[in-house]
Amino acid sequence: MFVYMDHTATTPTSPEVLKAMMPYFSENFGNPSSVYSFSRKSRAAIEKARGQVAAALNADPSEIFFTGSGTEADNWALKGTLEKAKIAGKNHLITTQIEHHAILHTAEYLKKVEGVEVTYLPVDAEGFVSVEDVKNAITDKTALVSIMFANNEVGTIEPVAEIGALCREKKIPFHTDAVQAAAHLDIDVKAMNIDMLSMSAHKMYGPKGVGALYLRKGLRPENFVHGGAQEKGRRASTENIAGIVGFGEAMEIFKSRLEEDKKINSARRDKLIAGLLQKIPHAKLNGPELSKGDKRLPNNINFSFIGVEGETLLLDLDAKGISASTGSACSSESLDPSHVLLALGLKHEMAHGSLRFTLGRLTTDEQIDYVLEVLPEIVARRREMSPLWEEYLKSR
Amino acid sequence: MALDYSQKVMDHFINPRNVGEIPDADGIGEAGNPKCGDIMKIYLKVNPDTNIIEDVKFKTFGCASAIASSSMATELIKGRTIEDAWNLTNSAVAEALDGLPPIKMHCSVLAEEAIHTALNDYRQKHGMKTIPMEHHEE
Repeated sequence: MFVYMDHTATTPTSPEVLKAMMPYFSENFGNPSSVYSFSRKSRAAIEKARGQVAAALNADPSEIFFTGSGTEADNWALKGTLEKAKIAGKNHLITTQIEHHAILHTAEYLKKVEGVEVTYLPVDAEGFVSVEDVKNAITDKTALVSIMFANNEVGTIEPVAEIGALCREKKIPFHTDAVQAAAHLDIDVKAMNIDMLSMSAHKMYGPKGVGALYLRKGLRPENFVHGGAQEKGRRASTENIAGIVGFGEAMEIFKSRLEEDKKINSARRDKLIAGLLQKIPHAKLNGPELSKGDKRLPNNINFSFIGVEGETLLLDLDAKGISASTGSACSSESLDPSHVLLALGLKHEMAHGSLRFTLGRLTTDEQIDYVLEVLPEIVARRREMSPLWEEYLKSR
Repeated sequence: MALDYSQKVMDHFINPRNVGEIPDADGIGEAGNPKCGDIMKIYLKVNPDTNIIEDVKFKTFGCASAIASSSMATELIKGRTIEDAWNLTNSAVAEALDGLPPIKMHCSVLAEEAIHTALNDYRQKHGMKTIPMEHHEE
């Protein structure tokens, strides 16, 4: 059995999306910036996609700017805003300890190169940022608040609407990295007072290599990619027409099945969580508690199994045909385990033993049963050969 | 990050040799710590007349290369004298596994250190002088 449970890493481009993209490779290849009538088709296709993405967020099409990725959108929002704010004497950025590296490493860069002051807000044991903490961190130097919509590792959905309202009241721009959230949740940028929002097509069954930044009307951060006058002079580069068309299509399909998908995913998620808690002794659910399902991404499951290392579990699962993910250091370049799990207060050995399953359109009920059948045996076998497990049992 | 392990690493990871404990072990050694994500514990049974390692077992918490390194290292010292076993280097363990990814070389170092600690434990218990341990930079 091939079980793909890593939909947060990426999703397959859906056949309908691919079909919509196909005419924009060899047939309608015209450069949208060209004057002749042949290029009109390319321009029209991009504007259609812009409308599709805008509609899904309750934004105006003129507020959507296509980028090469979600990471680029994050870079643009942070660098562009802080660079612009410098002129007004503002150099303070507020973000959290659990952001994706697209935000964290950009913040580090701004600190190093631009002398920006960065506040990294802590989170509680379930991964929630406190609105009160955001409020207390704001100074008259604050140029931007950037807080992710939902965490990619543990699935925690942040109080974005409250933070948005607070920032609007304080007249501070609010950016949210919604690369995961935009693929699972209903987002209304107006109602939530969001000023900037990053997203990515490949997390929602669209193609890789295309993202977007929503920029509320009136906001004008410095440009990030300099060159031609594409995207109304805000983002240079010949447009990735096929990719943009695919993004628009993927977004429209996602929106049309959002409620149904949410219901199916969260039912399977809760079954898998409850089953693993029941079948594996001393299993720890990371992120929001089981009872707070509406505060966790509908497709996210993240566990730590004391005594076992995450990469070990991934390889054992892979041998059984299951693709999952870990926050363990052993699957990364550094020796440090996931900064997200450490920020949640997990001990190193627990963070090393984390395992993430993320569900999606490829998931079936049979697959949930299969994981519930296979994983307890794997954990038990690896714990048998672990000195840490032995120590843990003795210490209890 | 996708790691490309050799077939030997995968074999020793999926079917590790010499897993377990020796209740009346003559020497026990541990290396690593939970912070780094690797702990290795080695148990030795040594014949006091010949100083030959007659049995060896291990328990390891860590990634695939840590488990494979423990498994391979125990294979390599089983049946050898304690002097021979001391000379087993981490690179010999890695080589026997047809190589480890560069960021995983510390796993083989851990195996060498756990074995050295176990051998010194045996030497101490049997009135022999312990050998100074060489600490590798990770």
